[in-house]
Amino acid sequence: MVVRRAKAPLSDQEVDEIIGMLLRWGVVLAAAVVGFGGFWYLVRYGTTMPDYHVFHGEPKDLRSLRGIFSGSAALPCRKIIQFGIVLLIATPVVRVAFSVVAFFLQRDRAYVVITLIVLSVLLFSLLGKH
Amino acid sequence: MNVLEFTALVALISAVAGFLGALTGLGGGVVITPAMVLLLGVDLHYAIGATLVSVIATSSGAAAAYVREGFSNIRIGMFLEIATTVGAVCGAFAAARISASALGIVFGVVLLYSAWLSTRSHGTRPPGEKADSLATRLRLNGSYPTPQGPKSYQVSGVKTGFGLMFVAGTLSGLLGIGSGAVKVIAMDRAMRIPFKVSTTTSNFMIGVTAAASAGVYLNRGYIDPGLTMPVVLGVLGGSVLGARHLAGARTKALRWIFGGVVGVLALEMIYSGLTGRL
Repeated sequence: MVVRRAKAPLSDQEVDEIIGMLLRWGVVLAAAVVGFGGFWYLVRYGTTMPDYHVFHGEPKDLRSLRGIFSGSAALPCRKIIQFGIVLLIATPVVRVAFSVVAFFLQRDRAYVVITLIVLSVLLFSLLGKH
Repeated sequence: MNVLEFTALVALISAVAGFLGALTGLGGGVVITPAMVLLLGVDLHYAIGATLVSVIATSSGAAAAYVREGFSNIRIGMFLEIATTVGAVCGAFAAARISASALGIVFGVVLLYSAWLSTRSHGTRPPGEKADSLATRLRLNGSYPTPQGPKSYQVSGVKTGFGLMFVAGTLSGLLGIGSGAVKVIAMDRAMRIPFKVSTTTSNFMIGVTAAASAGVYLNRGYIDPGLTMPVVLGVLGGSVLGARHLAGARTKALRWIFGGVVGVLALEMIYSGLTGRL
């Protein structure tokens, strides 16, 4: 078996720096998208009446990644907000995915497995049909 | 009240909650849901969905700052996230099967407990000296920066901590809150991890835990874009402002005020739940 040594395995501190950056930009990007969609939503629906007293659940197009990206032109501003919300939910998922890579580069096998378990629970929740 | 006025009001409530939550370190999520339900008559499921998303935003924003200071322990966080994420998914599934009234009562009891916790200050204990064999094998022991240089600590009570984290995750998924208080108790009391490491690592875990139930919430249609938008933006704005004013704040008085508000909301939630008005 050929063991290839990486130039320099990531130090814990470098990993922390990258994770900090990932989280910050994820939140900033998501907030910008939500804000943009929200502005459009208020311009379009600002004078209608809100209806949150009784729970009826969101329409299909706003419930899944596929629905949000589907070509149907209905609810465009609400879809943009929902896309921003999905970006926000994805931020911690991306940071866990990055941790898998970081632990792998650090040759920390136990933590590669632990992190993969966490990642699969997250993906099950986000992509599964419930 | 039209959508514009309603959105402005929700954003204002969320901003105040985010501001106070950041100042007191309790998180703003716990007051937003009862405020929307009790004051604005929003259905509990919509309120929980919107608040959960805002919890991800504040946790990730704060964690980005903490992680660079070197307090949070990523290995402890990641290991315990197995328990919190599995718990969160279970909690999110359970939320769909429980009636709004029962959910409201559970919410109220948890709120009451956090209000009680918030008025008590934590004592400073010497860090744990004896490591669990499991902690050593999982390389959970670490060190944190102090003015006198890095100080190392040992972790114990790993199994108890792991179990408590499952409970924290379930509450988070059930009620759409970060349940940072339970996470800190698990790490600080059960695992004897230094307080500053516990709080920052907990913050780090809250986002991942919340993301685990958010997927289920989204699929079930609990996350309404029109309602979530002002909550997320309001809480984010408020908590950024709160973090800036942290240095000059009289946190002790604030904790009492915030604890009082949370306590009143808790009783109101329990009463509404018992009388079937949710």
